[in-house]
Amino acid sequence: MAKTSKGTLYRGQAHGQWSWVAHRITGVAIFFFLLVHVLDTALVRVSPEAYNAVMATYKNPVMGLGEAGLVAAIVYHAFNGLRIIMVDFWSSGTKYQKQMLWGVLILWVVVMVPFLIRHLSNIFGG
Amino acid sequence: MSTPLKASISVPRSKDLEVNGVKYNRSSSRRNNFEMYAWLFMRLSGVVLLVLVFVHLWVNLVSPEGGVEAVDFAFVAGKWASPFWQVFDMLLLWLAMLHGTNGLRVIIDDYAERDRTRFWLKVFLFTTSAFVILLGTLVIFTFEPCPAGADPALLASFCAAG
Repeated sequence: MAKTSKGTLYRGQAHGQWSWVAHRITGVAIFFFLLVHVLDTALVRVSPEAYNAVMATYKNPVMGLGEAGLVAAIVYHAFNGLRIIMVDFWSSGTKYQKQMLWGVLILWVVVMVPFLIRHLSNIFGG
Repeated sequence: MSTPLKASISVPRSKDLEVNGVKYNRSSSRRNNFEMYAWLFMRLSGVVLLVLVFVHLWVNLVSPEGGVEAVDFAFVAGKWASPFWQVFDMLLLWLAMLHGTNGLRVIIDDYAERDRTRFWLKVFLFTTSAFVILLGTLVIFTFEPCPAGADPALLASFCAAG
């Protein structure tokens, strides 16, 4: 163990702990969005007016920022999920879990930067 | 539903399940591999969901001109007129809901300490999930892209041809 940590019950380095906490939080957030998303899409079965009305409420900058946060959560959860699979199934997975977490964060930036340029120019560019 | 620890210790065993000097002899009324299959399902569905969700975001949020601005009733009709997107969205719905429901099940088991609290939270979770999966599936497959009597301005262009 490189150093003993203070202020947390977690023994060892905290990378695994925080990536696990973030995986849970993003997972729960995505799940609750999914429930709402299925319900709003179900309005196509009511009438074109009802569906377009609820979609119109999504087309303002505040919801646009919410979507950016949602995509950020999804991309993290997806890439960190691949890391968990590598830890579970790859014989050297536990040895390289920390390096793979850096890989997850780098991939997250690589995906999020072009996405945010595209998405933010859509919601603020008019 | 508490684990009958005492009974399992007092029962004589022909063979101890021992790993690294620790005995794992807890018995339960459920002698099946459910948790192992749940664990495996999370990994398999996770890989498939990564592909499905990224395609879903690309097609509906990133690639359309103006992003989410482009999404309206006619946009949905244009997609669900095709069986490909109906099946795609059904797979996405089922896998995402089952993956998310199992994730929340594990979280409830982790943090809700009282047996009765865990039980009712899971009843509520499974009821909600079943309702959403059923509703979503019905919506996808009973969807009418060109509903009779609707304002033609709100419908997809192919509705005018008929």
